[in-house]
Amino acid sequence: MNTDIKISGEPLHIQSCVDWVMSPQCGGINVFIGTVRNETKGKKVIQLEFEAYESMALSEMNKIAEDVFKKWPVQKILIHHRTGILQTGEVPVVIAVAAAHRDAAFNACRYTIDTLKETVPIWKKEIFEDGEVWVAAHP
Amino acid sequence: MKVLAFGIVKDIFGNSMVHVDLTDGATIDKLKMLLEEKYPRLNQLGSYMVAVNNEYASAGDLVNEGDEIAIIPPVSGG
Repeated sequence: MNTDIKISGEPLHIQSCVDWVMSPQCGGINVFIGTVRNETKGKKVIQLEFEAYESMALSEMNKIAEDVFKKWPVQKILIHHRTGILQTGEVPVVIAVAAAHRDAAFNACRYTIDTLKETVPIWKKEIFEDGEVWVAAHP
Repeated sequence: MKVLAFGIVKDIFGNSMVHVDLTDGATIDKLKMLLEEKYPRLNQLGSYMVAVNNEYASAGDLVNEGDEIAIIPPVSGG
């Protein structure tokens, strides 16, 4: 198995993500770690809440992985996304890509996070001191 | 037919699932029209998609009883 895709309500473990993509044929691993920022447009964010349409989100994440294998010579790809309430500094998303050469790993990792943000049905609610708002990344 | 809601659409519907009166073979466009009539705040969204059986659907696609239909507001994961 060269693809590991997961949506979880539990904290993501970055090191085990990296360990999973490590393989003898790979010469480089590219990792993207999304983290919860403490402000948005100058407004203090207390926490974020992530909601997923899980069955479809998994299906769309699988499509991204399939595309990656078609586009670049990549050994392994891992995409883990968290759901539920996250505090500042916590990790909602980890993407790890292993390839024989770094160009493929960099390009595939960037493509994966960019496409995830456009197509995967997961939503983020920002919770401020005085209210909350669903974020529309692509209105 | 059952329609699932997520994110801000859940707030607009006031529920994570609503029923709409549609007959088998209705188009996505018809479904959207019906929903926008009943929930005008949908029009205030920049855009939204409909998914049928876990796949993004286009305007002319058809829905049938038993399909899993979901309203997908602009996504913001990652």
